Amino acid sequence: MSNSTKQIPADSVGIVKPQKLHFDEPLLLRSGRTLANYDLMVETYGELNAARSNAVLICHALSGDHHAAGYHDPDNPKEKPGWWDCCIGPGKPFDTNKFFVVCLNNLGGCAGSTGPSSVNPETGKRFGPDFPIIAVRDWVKSQALLADRLGIQQWAAVIGGSLGGMQVMRWAISYPDRLRHALVIAAAPKLSAQNIAFNEVARQSIMSDPDFHNGRYYDFNTYPRKGVMLARMVGHITYLSDALMREKFGKDASSSFGRDLRSGKLSFEFNETDFQVQSYLQYKGETFSKNFDANTYLLITKTLDYFDPSVDYGGDLSKAFVNSNCKFLVMSFSSDWRFPPERSRELVEILLKAKRDVSYLEIEADEGHDAFLLPIPRYMSALRAYMNRIAFDGGFG
Amino acid sequence: MRADLVLIQDWIEPGSRVLDLGCGDGSFLAHLKATKNIRDCGLEIDAHNIQLCLEAGVNVIEQDMDKDGLANFESNSFDTVVLAQTLQALHKPDEIVDEMLRIGRNGILTFPNFAYWRHRFSLLLGGHMPKSPSLPYEWYDTPNLHHCTIHDFDRLCERKKIRVLRRTVVDDRHRSSMLMNWRPNFFGINAIYHITR
Repeated sequence: MSNSTKQIPADSVGIVKPQKLHFDEPLLLRSGRTLANYDLMVETYGELNAARSNAVLICHALSGDHHAAGYHDPDNPKEKPGWWDCCIGPGKPFDTNKFFVVCLNNLGGCAGSTGPSSVNPETGKRFGPDFPIIAVRDWVKSQALLADRLGIQQWAAVIGGSLGGMQVMRWAISYPDRLRHALVIAAAPKLSAQNIAFNEVARQSIMSDPDFHNGRYYDFNTYPRKGVMLARMVGHITYLSDALMREKFGKDASSSFGRDLRSGKLSFEFNETDFQVQSYLQYKGETFSKNFDANTYLLITKTLDYFDPSVDYGGDLSKAFVNSNCKFLVMSFSSDWRFPPERSRELVEILLKAKRDVSYLEIEADEGHDAFLLPIPRYMSALRAYMNRIAFDGGFG
Repeated sequence: MRADLVLIQDWIEPGSRVLDLGCGDGSFLAHLKATKNIRDCGLEIDAHNIQLCLEAGVNVIEQDMDKDGLANFESNSFDTVVLAQTLQALHKPDEIVDEMLRIGRNGILTFPNFAYWRHRFSLLLGGHMPKSPSLPYEWYDTPNLHHCTIHDFDRLCERKKIRVLRRTVVDDRHRSSMLMNWRPNFFGINAIYHITR
């Protein structure tokens, strides 16, 4: 037992408590299937003002969940804060003194919202592979129902990075009157063949694990840990940049290209971990595989692959945004090769064609795709300025 | 507000769509938004200026038109395209002028007149590259690449079949004078053009 009391920084939202909200109305999905009822796990920070005009929605990416900021356990000094803690809190870019910040675990997730690992009320067993594949528009539909439940008619802003940014785009298309600002960060209008290819490798790693049992591993009291680990390792490479890896694993003066060795010499064995980058990736994959459901991983990579709002508009995405009433802020990071700046510029061009109000920033950063989660000074200043302006224009700044 | 901008604001129609190429801190667009209810879009490359635009609530796109061009803007998607005090710093000024009139119904541009008499005398009598309030740089650290005179720009418009709707010359305090109007290429410090096709 540790006696050390937990040190909570002054600009943290502090100890937070998620809540599980139950929805009884059936949700008709893009696939044509229906989810009879479901739970959404939600966390909120700050206070909703009397005019109900200061609410912002945070949409999470592949591995995120409702826990975006603050801490859960007052007794655990080692606990890491929520995944976007650098952005959410008093005085931070999404300033909880001004904004009411809402974040939820999306449907199909594995952090408390209804997903493949939930028990199917019809069978009394876990859904597993029977859980319907959820599209981004389905998530957004459920988020709109959550907004209704919270009494929020219009978000001051809907914000997301990566897959979160895709949900933001979908909000602007499906519910043009329900948001004033759309912040699309490190995203793309749709996945490229290369993006889908990486997702396919991830899925094959999981499905070829002998412990996968066609997704019914819960019934066998087992888990495709190795498969999830491999999937995450591949994914993780695409979140970093070459430059960052060279720096991270090139601390030795003698090592260039990030080829630091683990024990100072080569082993000449297949099953030995020679380079530090190997053990780093294995560690990342292993940690992730302990906390993430394999079926959720499969589902969310499919959701990513299927995202393409232009399909309803003859392939012309600008037509989808013609009715959007919100202003857009699009941001990208120079070393991101998963959704590189060109993909964001593509979105900007589409928004200009649709005659939307749009701002675009290309942030210089070595951290690759993961940069959107990190407190990079110019990125933080830009977010803060944009959000302060929203608060000012909304009369609550 | 900068001298040239004070004058050109009168040439912008209320409620129109304005693209400002090299919009700086966004104060001009912010002013037009407040006074003329325009739809604003600014292009800028300097990170500090972009930050100031965000603070001012001005739409700003980080884009280097000199390097990457303006192909991402649709033809006839704006009413007015502004290029203020930037023409002389571009690698291909003539191409940007073409792009301005492809994207906008009309264009407004301003540039320092290199043939201003003080500039001429500096070179002729002093033997030095001109320095003045409109050309404040030393020859070795100037962002300017292609200086031109009012006569040069008139000739470019003629060759490109660009119609000059309005032209005015002013000093650095946006004053005009009889001398300037009499011999603009000799007495004019800053040239301001309103052009269309």
